[in-house]
Amino acid sequence: MTDLIEIKDVHHAYKTRSGPLPVLGGLNLSVPEGEFCAVVGPSGCGKSTLTRLIAGLMRPDAGEVWLHGERVVSPRRTVGMAFQNPVLLEWRTILDNVILPLEIVATKMPRKQRVARAEELLAMVGLSGFEGKRPSELSGGMRQRASLCRAIVHKPDVLIMDEPFGALDNFTREDLWQTMRNLRSAEPFTAVLITHDLRESVYLGDQVIVLSDRPAKTQYVMDIGLSEDRPLDILYEPHVGDMLQTLRDQIRIAQGRGGDRH
Amino acid sequence: MELFRKIAVPIAAIVVFLILWELLVWVNGWPNYVMASPSDLPEAYIRFWKLFLSGAWETLWRTVAGLLIAVVAGVLLGMIMGFSRIANDALYPLLVGFNAVPKATLVPVLALLFIGQHNFNTVMMAFLISFFPIAVSVAIGLATLEPEYRDILRSLGASRFTIFRKIALPKTLPEFFGALKVSATLAFIGTNLVEIISPHGRGLGALFLSGQTNSNYPLMFAVLIALAVLGILLYYAVVWLERIFAGWADRTT
Repeated sequence: MTDLIEIKDVHHAYKTRSGPLPVLGGLNLSVPEGEFCAVVGPSGCGKSTLTRLIAGLMRPDAGEVWLHGERVVSPRRTVGMAFQNPVLLEWRTILDNVILPLEIVATKMPRKQRVARAEELLAMVGLSGFEGKRPSELSGGMRQRASLCRAIVHKPDVLIMDEPFGALDNFTREDLWQTMRNLRSAEPFTAVLITHDLRESVYLGDQVIVLSDRPAKTQYVMDIGLSEDRPLDILYEPHVGDMLQTLRDQIRIAQGRGGDRH
Repeated sequence: MELFRKIAVPIAAIVVFLILWELLVWVNGWPNYVMASPSDLPEAYIRFWKLFLSGAWETLWRTVAGLLIAVVAGVLLGMIMGFSRIANDALYPLLVGFNAVPKATLVPVLALLFIGQHNFNTVMMAFLISFFPIAVSVAIGLATLEPEYRDILRSLGASRFTIFRKIALPKTLPEFFGALKVSATLAFIGTNLVEIISPHGRGLGALFLSGQTNSNYPLMFAVLIALAVLGILLYYAVVWLERIFAGWADRTT
């Protein structure tokens, strides 16, 4: 069984006024089907570039991105995306926002079926009763929930998330971690989560990848190996604490401040 | 109560304005060939009501026609500029330069180009004077669309046209209507410019001119007030359309 996502030795540079700016320099990543891969790394190390590569929104200068055993050269309908900004369309209701991808991917699906699918997901994230509201009437956390529903409404194989919980307060964020886990147990998808929150990466991930500073390459891979049933308290257990410590050390190394704990 | 306030307050403001105007004329003792006062106006309206009605219609339809052309041309130009950097760089100086030309100077140019086509010239001027804000607002709206908005559909393989129709177009509607409010009053100015300056003009502008040639000052002021009323009507027509198509952007309610 091959991995669902396979990234092989990817290099990429952006053209800037002062010459090329290399952001990825030998990145490797493989995510088996159904796994949740959390990617952490110093800020500005090319994590967002990685999401755009997997989504097929851009092509790398060198190296290969494979999805389902096929080379990614353009966007594909089997991908869902969520960003730090929920980017909901203000002129649509919450329900119609969630339906949006179906209008592109499943053009023949009857409206009734689309509505049923969206309502099912909204219920799963605790947004029943808000279907007819406008995004501006919802709190930040609720908007992000709706955004997650939109990202998976068309049953994508891969969900790509770029710091989706980054702008939320701590309590809301922890709520959403649980929502994320519930969604995953109900809807099987492979996930790539870009985050700068180590606790989040351990709580949600099956594996955590630490990227080095720009140009980013894979610096460290950690298998989390926790049981599927994870109460939040697990983050305060000693062996999880050790994992967090290891990851923190790796980030320090990535930032070029190896070892100097204080 | 809400409705009463919405209607009564502006009407009260207009009444206060008319009273102040009347007082100003009365205190200075201006005769009506220096400055007409509101009490002079009803007579002009009663005497020339047929001319006012036909003139208002002429002015209104030509303004609206010019404005409609400006909407189509402005949106198209804005789309081209919003989507293509090169087109944007190329067209911007041209547009700004064109907009800076006083439009009164174009009246003889148009009149010579299309001799005798009075309706066409007038509609043309209304269009020329009013498309600029629309083109700029659409261009800016499209160019400042956050990449994530595009990505949610682009990552599903949606075409550029689909992205434009489902996201870019509705998202720029509030800016578009903001510009349309400016353009509506501008188009009005364009129409009147031709009506007043060009010989054998028609519409309210021509009525104003005939007031001037006959030294009928109350008539001139009556035309000005009629123009203001038409302008207000047109403006609120745009507001009404805005509420229907871009009401979601209004956060006050």
